Amino acid sequence: MTTDSHLAIPEEHNPLASMPHDTHGGISNPVLGMLLFITSEVMFFGGLFAAYFSIRASAAQWPPNNPQTNEPFHLQVLPIVSTDGIISVSFVLIATILLVLSSFSCQYAVWKIRSDDRTRFLRAMAVTIALGIVFLLMQVTDYAILGSEGLTLSSGTYGTTYYTLTGFHGAHVFGGVIMLAVVLYRGMVGQFSSKHYDAVEGASLYWHFVDVVWILLFSLLYLLPGKTPTT
Amino acid sequence: MATTTLTPVATRSRSALYAWLTTTDHKKIGILYVINSFIFFFIGGLLALGVRTELAQPGLQFVTAAAYNEMFTMHATFMIFLFVIPMLAGFGNYIVPLQIGAPDMAFPRINALSFWMLPLGGILLLLSFVTGGSAAAGWTSYAPLSEDRALAATGTGQDLWIVALVLIGTSSILGAINFLVTMFKMRAPGMTLFRMPIMVWTVLVTSVLVLMATPVITSALIMLFIDRNYGGAFFDPSRGGDAILYQNIFWFYSHPAVYVMVLPAMGMVSEILPVFSRKPLFGYKAFIFATAAIGALGFSVWAHHMFTTGAVYLPFFSIMTFLIAVPTGVKMFNWVFTMWGGQIMLKTPLLFALGFLSMFLIGGINGAFSASVPVDFALHDTYWVVAHLHYVLFGGSVFGIMGGFYYWFPKMTGRMMNETVGKTQFVLMFIGFNLTFFPMHELGLLGMPRRIADYSSTAGWNDLNLLATFGGFTIAASMGLFLWNVFLSLRSGAVAGDDPWEANTLEWATTSPPPAYNFDHLPEIRSERPVFDARHGRAVVDH
Repeated sequence: MTTDSHLAIPEEHNPLASMPHDTHGGISNPVLGMLLFITSEVMFFGGLFAAYFSIRASAAQWPPNNPQTNEPFHLQVLPIVSTDGIISVSFVLIATILLVLSSFSCQYAVWKIRSDDRTRFLRAMAVTIALGIVFLLMQVTDYAILGSEGLTLSSGTYGTTYYTLTGFHGAHVFGGVIMLAVVLYRGMVGQFSSKHYDAVEGASLYWHFVDVVWILLFSLLYLLPGKTPTT
Repeated sequence: MATTTLTPVATRSRSALYAWLTTTDHKKIGILYVINSFIFFFIGGLLALGVRTELAQPGLQFVTAAAYNEMFTMHATFMIFLFVIPMLAGFGNYIVPLQIGAPDMAFPRINALSFWMLPLGGILLLLSFVTGGSAAAGWTSYAPLSEDRALAATGTGQDLWIVALVLIGTSSILGAINFLVTMFKMRAPGMTLFRMPIMVWTVLVTSVLVLMATPVITSALIMLFIDRNYGGAFFDPSRGGDAILYQNIFWFYSHPAVYVMVLPAMGMVSEILPVFSRKPLFGYKAFIFATAAIGALGFSVWAHHMFTTGAVYLPFFSIMTFLIAVPTGVKMFNWVFTMWGGQIMLKTPLLFALGFLSMFLIGGINGAFSASVPVDFALHDTYWVVAHLHYVLFGGSVFGIMGGFYYWFPKMTGRMMNETVGKTQFVLMFIGFNLTFFPMHELGLLGMPRRIADYSSTAGWNDLNLLATFGGFTIAASMGLFLWNVFLSLRSGAVAGDDPWEANTLEWATTSPPPAYNFDHLPEIRSERPVFDARHGRAVVDH
């Protein structure tokens, strides 16, 4: 044995070997870390939602008037054909359905890797990523349409809250797609099995969280009835 | 052993800097946190001296009013976000894994990431001084002042301030996640939750506060950024926004942040007092529950910063604020009765802990005054508030940090700090602190508002301001002594040995400084004082 034991780390000093921490059972470190991270994300969106509710509650009329048309802003849920035959496109309902479906395919991927079915795991993961990308593309298209109708980030509180809330959600979807892509890549090179899939579990939890936020946002922004000014 | 290959000495010294820059060892990262925090402490301190110098006499002698606004804004920003919070996180980084008998933090690379965001944020803040002036709307950056681009005071510096704070906040959040997973998943066998040292418990509650509160200020900062740069209308009343909304979201973070800044300092004091009183902490569990209660109540008092807006429900926030005094009082009893009947060793760490106790007590009492709504209406935004917050954050946190530094310096470096210089530093700092901030109570009662660069020479504030300035430079002198002591002790301090204080907790069961893997072997953990048990035979106490 040398006198200076700091210089070399003998075999028995492998931290995991020498100190049997409770690694059996219970939640794994990465998954617990992800759950805590999601907690912080909930608080982040909590701040944005609080701002939305506060501004909405103090407004006399919601949605307010669009200065371009002098009609209240209207976020359309369903694609409709108006009397003069012009189709008003709205992707939001389709996009919502696709995002909810992607949560299912993501969970399916987790179940499949748990039973060591790597082929189905990879396929389900690829489907999830594709759905996420389609969601983002639809959101971008929707932004373009809404922008042309006069709803922009700087068009008053309605535009500011709409774009901030959906924009930060979109950024989280983008982050989730990247996370899932890394998981897919690692899965393709064979890094996951039924004994080792913490990253899959973590990414999947995050994806579900992003999905739940969208359901809340969709309900708030598109379904919650507005209020007209009391005259 | 003949087969053990040693790293050649030459390679080690060549790559020493590289090793520090790329380290994922929680102890090295902890030390980096401490060094980085002290650098910004000295920058923030210089700005404070600038403020005090300008206020020494009525009239504008040294700086313009605009530069003065920058000075007090950046003083608070550096002290809060780049000194107190990261300093405590740094001590947590170093101490927590050792105290729970873990080989490292749960996510070592994320730990390194958390650290490196801090100097980056700090550089962004410093850059603002050379890109047309720093943020100058106060550390609270209330809208609509902070949104007014027409003002020179809120130019690019304000945007850099926002970006830097988001970075620093992200660093805190990642750090909090790391601490929590480490505490829940990495404890040594036998280290049950109710055997964790108080320092670990306070970092646990702090981490929960950071996790729940910091993302909220991130959202406020992002909304502010959108308003400033992309025509948003969140906080602009003329376009349907709500300026009070900013205050609500800001304080929803910034009040819990007050506990983020003091709870770990309380943890440090709770480590020091038992060791230097030769007694266990009085009421270990009561202390933990009091800490948790402070954390929980901390989320229900934010609007006491906003009494005078007239937009908050006064009785609720007033009562909740008074309620926080109850668990804090419990802790006072814990500390006093820990020392009661003990064999007091009057070493420097204990002196600073006593400084913490007495000064934090004053900070608690003058805070309770402002919790009363009618009193607060008179005292709001006066120097009384400046006195209060400095008694809590300087008299509390900084004295705690100093005590912790003297207490753990031997563990971190293997050298003892000089006691004579240490005690002199304490006396000077204690006197300087009270000379600076006690007169501010009187100034506040006399009606002097905070954040002013100049005042009337006939207002009767001259002598007290001069006294406070004199005190400020006394504090600066004490910090000079501190630096001298660090230098002296690193160069020629007495060798510390594993356990120079005959302490209680696991960090003293390994070498000073500990090896990269922390422990060769752990003593049996049968109580919250495993090292005491190992020294004095097997413990019979079982929680």
